[in-house]
Amino acid sequence: MDLTFLSGQLFTGLSVASILLLAALGLALSFGLMRVINMAHGEFLMAGGYLTYLAAQWAGPNFLWLAFPLAFVGAGLLGAVMEFTVIRRLYGRPLDTLLATFGISLILQQAARQLFGSTGVPVTAPAWLSGALNVGDVTLPYVRLFVIALALIVLGAMWWLLNRSRFGMHVRAVNQNREMAAALGVNTRALDLLVFALGAGIAGVAGVGLALIAPVNPTVGAAYIVNAFLVVVVGGVGSVLGGAVAAVLLGFITALAEGLTSVSLAQAILLVVVVAFLQWKPRGLFPTQSRALEDA
Amino acid sequence: MTPGVQSGPVPGAGRARVPAVVLATGAVLVALAFAPLYLGAYPLALLGRVLALSIAAIGVSVVWGRTGILSLGQGLFFGLGGYALAMHLKLTATPKGELPDFMVYNGVEKLPWFWAPFASAPFALAMVLVLPAAAAGLVAWLMFRRRITGVYVSIITQALLLAFVTWLNGSQGLTSGTNGITDYQRFLGIDLRGPNVAHGLYWLTLLVVAAALGGTAWLLRTPFGQVLTAIRDNENRTRFLGFNPAAFKIAAFMLGGLLAGVSGALYTVHLGTISPAMIGVAFSIELVVWVALGGRASLVGAAGGLVLGQLAKDRISSAAPDAWLYVMGALFVLVVLVMPQGVAGVIARRRAPAPSVPASSPVTREVSDAV
Repeated sequence: MDLTFLSGQLFTGLSVASILLLAALGLALSFGLMRVINMAHGEFLMAGGYLTYLAAQWAGPNFLWLAFPLAFVGAGLLGAVMEFTVIRRLYGRPLDTLLATFGISLILQQAARQLFGSTGVPVTAPAWLSGALNVGDVTLPYVRLFVIALALIVLGAMWWLLNRSRFGMHVRAVNQNREMAAALGVNTRALDLLVFALGAGIAGVAGVGLALIAPVNPTVGAAYIVNAFLVVVVGGVGSVLGGAVAAVLLGFITALAEGLTSVSLAQAILLVVVVAFLQWKPRGLFPTQSRALEDA
Repeated sequence: MTPGVQSGPVPGAGRARVPAVVLATGAVLVALAFAPLYLGAYPLALLGRVLALSIAAIGVSVVWGRTGILSLGQGLFFGLGGYALAMHLKLTATPKGELPDFMVYNGVEKLPWFWAPFASAPFALAMVLVLPAAAAGLVAWLMFRRRITGVYVSIITQALLLAFVTWLNGSQGLTSGTNGITDYQRFLGIDLRGPNVAHGLYWLTLLVVAAALGGTAWLLRTPFGQVLTAIRDNENRTRFLGFNPAAFKIAAFMLGGLLAGVSGALYTVHLGTISPAMIGVAFSIELVVWVALGGRASLVGAAGGLVLGQLAKDRISSAAPDAWLYVMGALFVLVVLVMPQGVAGVIARRRAPAPSVPASSPVTREVSDAV
């Protein structure tokens, strides 16, 4: 394996990691805050992708100005509706939530299949994103650079929101001790709704990036969801930094394993690595410090 | 998982109610035994197939309903059992000294090493039991040794299944890939499509279902079963009482894997084929939902929920294929919201006065345990 091939694979891995990271952020947030596993999270990604497709239909070649707000708000609203109708009735029952949200994901996938057909809808990236940057022998497509930049921007914004804003302080407070935060006047129910919608919106933004890279189809969310969960598990629940590191690591491992073996073996190798890692650090790279006996 | 919050009372667990359950189950099994006399060929084949699946549901009931471990990867163990038998059937259907047809198409020149022993029927039959149980034991050991619990277990089992299915799909020459193993019809010298074989296979399946139900029910009434319940309701308290929860959970998981493997092997014979699509993520989660619908804490409820659910699926999906996924998705949500203990739970609550423990509680953490 030569160096050009290696760096090409690593670059691809980094762009895959970017989308994984954006998908995992929402999962980590809602899992950390509400102990809720949302199996329909991948469908927010899918929704973002389809909304990008619609934006491209309406707004012509330079559709990105419309696609981002549309995908963010659209997926966020979908998330808010889901939280309001189903998820808030299931607090404290993580396994039941997992089943119910899987049901929702089936419904959303079938709805997408009937609305847009089961084959993928293509989105043509704007002209200014169509070229590629050549560094030595390695070709870095602008689209993938754009996706990486997108992930970095969202990650920075999330960090600011969580660590510098009043909203973020409330989120961290509820994350540490829900009852105590509520007693001190934090409206935890409203916060749950907001955080869930925010996570969904970020997944929608990831959907824009996804649409630029590959055609959007009804099962695109399902394809990402398991790996996004692995990112959360490896990173440590509720840790933005852990999620970022884990996404990059898993993206690299997948890209390398795919380059060296085959796509089917790469998935198996990735899983072996993750299970081995969990033997070493069962609570992820950056576990939340807690004195609770059971904190998951 | 939050201890003590998720699980309600165990329906049908009170000793006084057991005889009624046993009588009703016995009556249903007897009625089922006479099914070949009044059912046509297609309904009988469908019923036999679905009964074979219900054995896997009994396993889910032990692992999830009784021990509190939600595995979303039962298809892995189901598939191991199914493939173990299918490999034997395929080798039997292949003339001596030749390779199975799909290997020839894929340019494989020598029988892979792991195929060779499956030419022996006793070996293959043993592997139907050993492979799934050993795989389940290994997976469980890796997870429970490090106290990985709750939704993590669900995610890891699902990911494992996904990796297995992806590998099966990608290994055309070794496993026949997406097409799966098919085109076989003789087992132990019996032509599986012979005139009276359908009835025999049906009765055999029913016998295995009855044995699995009876054997598991007996096992769960022993102290072993009581420790499993204790682990589900509060794992830490069980640990402080001096039990090693990991060992019991591994044993329960192995039992669930074993039952799934037997189920997979029988299903393979019924359907005459096994493929990655049959054991994938959708299959494994569907299995869990039928168990939830029937009542996960009740063995009979789990098996019954699966049988009725699969029969309904056959009807609805043949009448309106597009509607099926909506029905299925809505069922997931409704079962969880309206009947968390399933149909068996509703029946048990009718028969017994309201339990003192609330079925669900709005708090996300049990404060007394979080100290």
